[in-house]
Amino acid sequence: MNKPARGSLLGIEHLDTREIVGLLQLARRMNPQKARPLLKGKRVVLLFYESSTRTRTSFEFAAKALGATTTLVQSTGSSIEKGESVIDTGFTLRAVGADCIVMRHPSAGAQYLMATHLDIPIVNAGDGMHEHPSQALLDALTIIKHKKSLKGLQATIIGDIFHSRVARSACHLLTRFGVKITLCGPPEFVPDVAATLTSGLRVTRHIEDALRGTDVIMLLRVQKERLAGQKIRLQDYIARYQMTAARLKLAKRDAIVMHPGPIIRGLELTAEVADGPQSVITDEVHNGVPTRMAILARALGKTR
Amino acid sequence: MSMRHEHKSLLIKGGHLVDPAAKINAPMDVLIRDGRVAEVAPPNKIRGDADEKFDARGLIVAPGFIDLHVHLREPGQNYKETIATGTAAAAAGGFTSVCTMPNTTPVVDTPDWVTWLRHPERGAVVNVFPIAAATRGSKGGTLTDFSALQRAGAIAVTDDGKPILDDDVMRMALRLGAELNFPVVQHAEDTRVTENCSMHAGATSFRLGLRAMPASAEASVVDRDVNLAQQIRESRLHVAHLSTSDALKAVRRGKRAKARVTCEVTPHHFTLIDENVGEYDTNCKMNPPLRSATDREAILVALADGTVDAIATDHAPHAMHEKEVEFERASFGITGLETALGLAITQLHRDHKLPLSRVVELFTAGPARVFDLHGRGSLTRGSFADVTLFDPKKRWTFEASRSRSLSRNTPFDGWQLTGKVIATIVAGRTVYRAD
Repeated sequence: MNKPARGSLLGIEHLDTREIVGLLQLARRMNPQKARPLLKGKRVVLLFYESSTRTRTSFEFAAKALGATTTLVQSTGSSIEKGESVIDTGFTLRAVGADCIVMRHPSAGAQYLMATHLDIPIVNAGDGMHEHPSQALLDALTIIKHKKSLKGLQATIIGDIFHSRVARSACHLLTRFGVKITLCGPPEFVPDVAATLTSGLRVTRHIEDALRGTDVIMLLRVQKERLAGQKIRLQDYIARYQMTAARLKLAKRDAIVMHPGPIIRGLELTAEVADGPQSVITDEVHNGVPTRMAILARALGKTR
Repeated sequence: MSMRHEHKSLLIKGGHLVDPAAKINAPMDVLIRDGRVAEVAPPNKIRGDADEKFDARGLIVAPGFIDLHVHLREPGQNYKETIATGTAAAAAGGFTSVCTMPNTTPVVDTPDWVTWLRHPERGAVVNVFPIAAATRGSKGGTLTDFSALQRAGAIAVTDDGKPILDDDVMRMALRLGAELNFPVVQHAEDTRVTENCSMHAGATSFRLGLRAMPASAEASVVDRDVNLAQQIRESRLHVAHLSTSDALKAVRRGKRAKARVTCEVTPHHFTLIDENVGEYDTNCKMNPPLRSATDREAILVALADGTVDAIATDHAPHAMHEKEVEFERASFGITGLETALGLAITQLHRDHKLPLSRVVELFTAGPARVFDLHGRGSLTRGSFADVTLFDPKKRWTFEASRSRSLSRNTPFDGWQLTGKVIATIVAGRTVYRAD
């Protein structure tokens, strides 16, 4: 066991505030259209133990825009299928010459395990229900672009927060800059303990209460299979927590609507809201590439 | 137990005897002959010469410690531990008797396996008391042959690692146990709500994004079991590794109602809490999990007020490759034999002012009563000459790399502890001596 290599990004919780500010500033300077060969000759492995569209492609485009070589390793069609451990896979990738591993894993903390056994930077692209730091950074970038600053903002996160790494990372990041966050959903999705994650959080079961006066609305995907074992029925969830045009009026007039995707129209939000003028959902995806360029440049110590 | 008895005499001289069962807490010399205690007397009162003398000045002389809950992994998992290595670790921890759990490969659910465990060829250096499975294959369905297991030398039954969940099966086990005066040991966990969970449910599990076991999953089973124990006359229920405040309430209720309910707690549950999991430290992953600070406080109170009968280690060795994996995939359990006394003295005596005699009771008279280990847990004349000598003030650093166990999975590596075992004597024979 050793300390994670410099440049690793395992989560927002333990990331220095100055580092967050630095990453966000760097992300604003990154332009995916204009190739900058900062990472020329570097090898970035995308190690995905879980499926992904947005995160994987944007990390890949980000690495390529910086001139790095990338390769994708997935759990199917690799030695992982044959029972190779996380650490051994890491040793193998390091031995073939990886300079950095971008990793997604269904088990919380798997990236920390990898980072404490390897001497190359590990970038967390989502670990179980724990953290999704690049998503939090791109969301912060999106908010800053629309609201100029994070200071004094009110945000509302609605949905399955218990299972959401996106929500945990967002809470860690936004509250660090003074954003007050309201978490909203049924107890199965938003247990009372959720409010203990950081300071500046509160929990409510009532969407009207959650939306009043808010600047930022973050919706989370509701997975039908997760509702299956719960007491709450799909129809009840929709009735109480779906983001509709009518409910959106309760928020500030210039409130923005965010969603990490994939969205399920007709479930956590209506098509009108998803496609409406306040929706910044495609902006988020768009901001994914420059944010991840910044993360990779920092990982490999090439931030200038 | 067919320990090799040395037909020799040994005089333990100049020590301070703490023997709670005999209500002795005073300077005493102890003479051992032919594997038994021959005489206990004030300093310099024992006449005649002994073959050997042990200078115990500055040391506490205590009845040999008894651990009600260890996993020595044989048969079938000898890459984690063997009876030889596990009992060597026990001796180094001051334990002269250990009670082994049956969740091995195969499960110890027949008299033959009980006999096998007790065979001298296993190379045990301390007394081994097997606990057999309560149900066949510990599958929770059909009871094992309690009577035959008892005759073969099992001292209790359990499905440890798993609970006996079915009400009827638990009722039948307690009934049969009542007839045979045979304790039923319960691993209290409602596995219907703890599936895929890897730690205690609270702020830390939420922060780490880990599925987690609510405290109620333990308390509800203990509650049910205590109710059954109250209904079934003479039944004997022992709650293994109790870890929650609410489970303690149920045990207190049973004891007040004069039911034969006993319980043990582990050193890690009175020392650590869920927050110690930190960033996915798999050496802080065990079942039951490290609980909340409130639960730990309740355990400390219960250790002092007599609700807890014994300290048991739940020594659970695992190979490195079973712990150096994702937290959710890592095996449950930690080693504990060599750190138990140091943690008890440091945490309970030094930090929480528990009298030393009470600490000793929790390692000796307490556990001996739980399983009726006659002639052990006290050093009255005629008892087995199982003795633990320790220095209650000695400060030392535990180094996992020097452990006698085959495994190294402990959260206490590098911990500075107060209270060190100096020698361990089993049936008059010194099986461990500190360097």
